[in-house]
Amino acid sequence: MDASTIDPMRPRLARVRSRRRDGPQVWTLEIDAGPEARSGFSAGQFNMLSALGVGEVPISFSGDPTEPRRIVHTIRAVGAVSTALAHLGVGATLGIRGPFGVGWPLAEAVGQDVVLVAGGLGLAPLRPAVYHLLAQRSRYGQITLLYGTRSPAEILFRRELNAWRRRADLSVEVTVDHALGAWDGHIGVVTALIERAHLAARHTTALVCGPEIMMRFAAEALAAALIPSESIYLSMERNMQCGVGLCGHCQFGGLLLCRDGPVIRYDRLRETLRVREL
Amino acid sequence: MMSAQMDAAQVLTGAGLDALLQVLKSRGLRTLGPKIRAGVIVYEEIASVADLPRGWTDEHSPGHYRLRRRDDAALFGYTVGPHSWKQFLHPARQCLWQARRDGAGEQPHFEPEPSDAQHFALIGVRACELRAIAIQDRVLLEADPQYRARRRDTFIVAVNCTVAGATCFCASMNAGPAVSDGFDLALTELTTSSEPLFVLRAGTDIGRAVLSELPRRPASDTEIARAAARVEDTAASMGRQMPSEDLPQRLLRNLEHPRWSEVAERCLACGNCTMVCPTCFCTSVEDSSDLTGTQLTRTRRWDSCFSADLTYLHGGSVRQSTRSRYRQWLTHKLATWPQQFGTSGCVGCGRCITWCPVGIDITVEASRIAAGESG
Repeated sequence: MDASTIDPMRPRLARVRSRRRDGPQVWTLEIDAGPEARSGFSAGQFNMLSALGVGEVPISFSGDPTEPRRIVHTIRAVGAVSTALAHLGVGATLGIRGPFGVGWPLAEAVGQDVVLVAGGLGLAPLRPAVYHLLAQRSRYGQITLLYGTRSPAEILFRRELNAWRRRADLSVEVTVDHALGAWDGHIGVVTALIERAHLAARHTTALVCGPEIMMRFAAEALAAALIPSESIYLSMERNMQCGVGLCGHCQFGGLLLCRDGPVIRYDRLRETLRVREL
Repeated sequence: MMSAQMDAAQVLTGAGLDALLQVLKSRGLRTLGPKIRAGVIVYEEIASVADLPRGWTDEHSPGHYRLRRRDDAALFGYTVGPHSWKQFLHPARQCLWQARRDGAGEQPHFEPEPSDAQHFALIGVRACELRAIAIQDRVLLEADPQYRARRRDTFIVAVNCTVAGATCFCASMNAGPAVSDGFDLALTELTTSSEPLFVLRAGTDIGRAVLSELPRRPASDTEIARAAARVEDTAASMGRQMPSEDLPQRLLRNLEHPRWSEVAERCLACGNCTMVCPTCFCTSVEDSSDLTGTQLTRTRRWDSCFSADLTYLHGGSVRQSTRSRYRQWLTHKLATWPQQFGTSGCVGCGRCITWCPVGIDITVEASRIAAGESG
């Protein structure tokens, strides 16, 4: 098919190859989109996933971009569609469109230190960036992952995080909002970790993903740590419906986040993030 | 010059216009044009010149529209009604795909595209509407293959406006009242008595081919001058204007202007303005299935930035207040559309003013807000 006959609104049918629970109400699906599937994605991009007959939602890739045949998504069951998707069994059919959007600036960050700041489920869209950075470890300086979540029980990708913490070439700090019992890690918001981290401001690229309010404060903390706005990137979330900039849902000021984002440089967001209900 | 010769203005009578409709039909096109229904001028299928609103005009003011009798027999002696051509090119409901499962648990398969490929001839397209179609082309032509298919074979018969409505402001948007490009044929109406009379020009090769099949005669210099004068008079009698200088930047500097709250006290968030707007393109998709779950359908329908669901995210709307939704609508039209698509999203047709149930006027609101706090 030539480009003019491909309908970007028509999903490919795919099957769930495997499914694992990665947190309360959070499941990670590996999807088999068949031999015709377009392979490859950039860390930070998203797919539109359809629970057939229920609806379609944007979900970021959470798998390894260096393994382009494996399509992995981490889904929290919150609404009707994400709940239907998260509960699909192995072998079940779903629809998939994508990849869409602009991902993390990993090529531009070559030679720099990289700090990744994740809030809650925001760790999932950052995980492909971690895989990419580790796969090309020698091309980057210091790598720091700062992750904040509500409680120890909600920590995503726990075994993988523990493995990353044991590495000497990656610094991982985890904080929770509140904890009972056996937690001996940080308590507090993720911005406190930014203040404590020793970031070489002039040589650091920051990648931030989480709830909008968390990203706003994280970006302000990174800026306070003297990281230039041009080196801070946020993954913005709206209810993308088409992925190709024609449905109007994901407007954020002059940006169409599905097309211009979801990853946007902070200097293009600083003013608009302060405007409520934009 | 040869091309100037080919595009020399012609004169067409009512019989000639009827012949035009028949030629377009014989080419397999659905002829769509203005018609009176339920007290308004709508765009629907038209069979002949007899369907056109002969001798009628429309009276506009904020929140007000009435048809009135003209004292001549003009066929296009009105401005614009609540319909726009987007209902045909970017329909309000559209099936995106259908799929079928042969049994429970079976892999569904997509059914072939419903073959509703229709080719339109749009009769009576105004300059502002041509601009609106060009704007929707920028948004949809590349990304939406169904739009592209409908748009590709659309034949456009434009009409220069010989009357301006009280809510019109196309001149200040540089979108009218004279048509400049984007048409196959363009008419200027000179009708006075009962016999319709038009000056006609072709704008494309297919327009020239159609023109060559019509009964016509070359227009005289006097007729050409009269046609031009009528359009110039229309520009001079425009009811409203949009401030133009630096408007996008001035609006975006005033996102917290108190006027947004004042307009929100009047705005009903009904979405009428977005439905009648010829450029508003926002849509939502809905999935449905039959009770057995074997037949699956995805439908796209017009949505509006005034609906709560447009920005639904994790259990709530991003834009909860009417203030924020009106601000989104107006700033999108006039300030952020240029950033997204390289053109204003407003053509100055005035529909949003006329069809607003409480008569909110985009030209007034934009002027006040762009003037800043002191304005």
